[in-house]
Amino acid sequence: MTPLLTVEDLRITFPTRAGPSEVVRGVSFTLGRERLGIVGESGSGKSQTGRALLGLTPPPGKATAKVLNFDGIDLKNASAATWRRLRGARMSMVMQDPKFSLNPVMTVGKQLLEALKFGAGETRAEARVRALAMLEAVQIRDPERVFRAYPHELSGGMGQRAMIAMMLVTEPDLLIADEPTSALDVTVQVEVLRILDALVRDRGMGLIFISHDLRLVSSFCDRVLVMYAGRVVEELKASELDKAQHPYTRGLMNCLPKIEGGVRPLPTLERDAAWAL
Amino acid sequence: MGAVMLDADDLHVTFRSGGDTVKAVRGVSFAVARGESFGIVGESGSGKSTVLRAICGLAPTTAGTIRLDGTPLTDPRPASFYRHVQMVFQDPYASLHPRHTIDKVLSEPLAIHGFDRREERIEAALNDVGLGGDFRFRYPHQLSGGQRQRVAVARALILEPEVLLLDEPTSALDASIQAEVLNLLDRIRAERGLTYLMVSHDLAVVAHMCDRLVVMQHGLAVEELTREALAAHRAETDYTRKLLSASEGYTPAEAS
Repeated sequence: MTPLLTVEDLRITFPTRAGPSEVVRGVSFTLGRERLGIVGESGSGKSQTGRALLGLTPPPGKATAKVLNFDGIDLKNASAATWRRLRGARMSMVMQDPKFSLNPVMTVGKQLLEALKFGAGETRAEARVRALAMLEAVQIRDPERVFRAYPHELSGGMGQRAMIAMMLVTEPDLLIADEPTSALDVTVQVEVLRILDALVRDRGMGLIFISHDLRLVSSFCDRVLVMYAGRVVEELKASELDKAQHPYTRGLMNCLPKIEGGVRPLPTLERDAAWAL
Repeated sequence: MGAVMLDADDLHVTFRSGGDTVKAVRGVSFAVARGESFGIVGESGSGKSTVLRAICGLAPTTAGTIRLDGTPLTDPRPASFYRHVQMVFQDPYASLHPRHTIDKVLSEPLAIHGFDRREERIEAALNDVGLGGDFRFRYPHQLSGGQRQRVAVARALILEPEVLLLDEPTSALDASIQAEVLNLLDRIRAERGLTYLMVSHDLAVVAHMCDRLVVMQHGLAVEELTREALAAHRAETDYTRKLLSASEGYTPAEAS
């Protein structure tokens, strides 16, 4: 099977007063129709990596790569028109906080239809049916009401589901989810993950799941990339996280408190300057 | 259980704005012994933070009583109350004044409460939280999230309180920094025999830090547990069990 996405030597730099600062330094990976987790702490470059895949590196930042290939399409030299055709329709992104990523003065339904407008040629009524079906698919019990509602009329969990519906209504091949559940309560988090899981399984979507939560990622994804200071320090099968070799991954695992009780004081992470080289 | 340091009896907090009433806390009772660490766990909107805010007078107590060391608290709280009870807030990016140096942040409570030897106390407070005197004349934006939360802890400790109210003290921090701050709080409690009342949505953090805890949902206390019961997953109510299983990470099948 050919991979859905191939990334080789992705680098992202931002100009600063002290010269260019490289926040992602040579990240390479391939993604099939699977769940890939990217884990790291703040500033590790995980979110920038996700954004660069959609060509959304905020200016004045610059993303370069040796290979950036999505399903046979070369994204490195893609024109604005190519990006427009891909974004939303074939690859889309779920952001962290529904409060900031939904349009506050537009009803959820209208935003869903807007996402569909750039898809296949269909009538408004057909699009509406498809949008409502999508809201139902993300476990919204009363899709008609949510369709008419403005984002502020929805709870955080509901808003996040509405956003996931919006990103998935076009049935993309690749979904990049950047901390999609961090703003949600743990019980809601599990429900949202089940929805994503079902979509990967049933539709054969590729999912990149970006998170700071190692425990969550390891229980949800198939494979995990651990990022530190702009580099992938370790790639693991999620089920083999306890066999992690890199001291950073192990440190990150050990410093989490456990419900079953553990050592006190908690082991802290001793950062080795060599990891960042 | 030793002498009761802080207790709440049938605490109600109701917010009114316009015609709306929100009953944030609807009859919560608990007692925290001197030197104990007590946790409140719940999801957003459960009223857990409101309980803390009601204790230190930031939210109105609509009904019920809160007692500190056996004495019912009066409204508004007298200045002496804050010498005994101090709070550490959730977001170190929001709780420190951006244009005050650390020195100013720490000297303000000393001035308000008329403490002597301010120089020494500031130096000592910074050392206690592992920052050292170098940080004294910096501004919050020159510090990382973990360092800021250390400053917030130093500000709470500088008045030598007996009770610390901790509102999600590590939820804005990375996992490795969280471990450092939790260790700091643990060490200080052991050294000074402080009483902690800690609110968190993270069961693992509360299990690590607290001897006993209460689970809240929709403004009510659902269940009270000891750390041992939590560790052994001996929960009585469905809601606590649901929280426990959700905290374990992702489970593909319908577990509940």
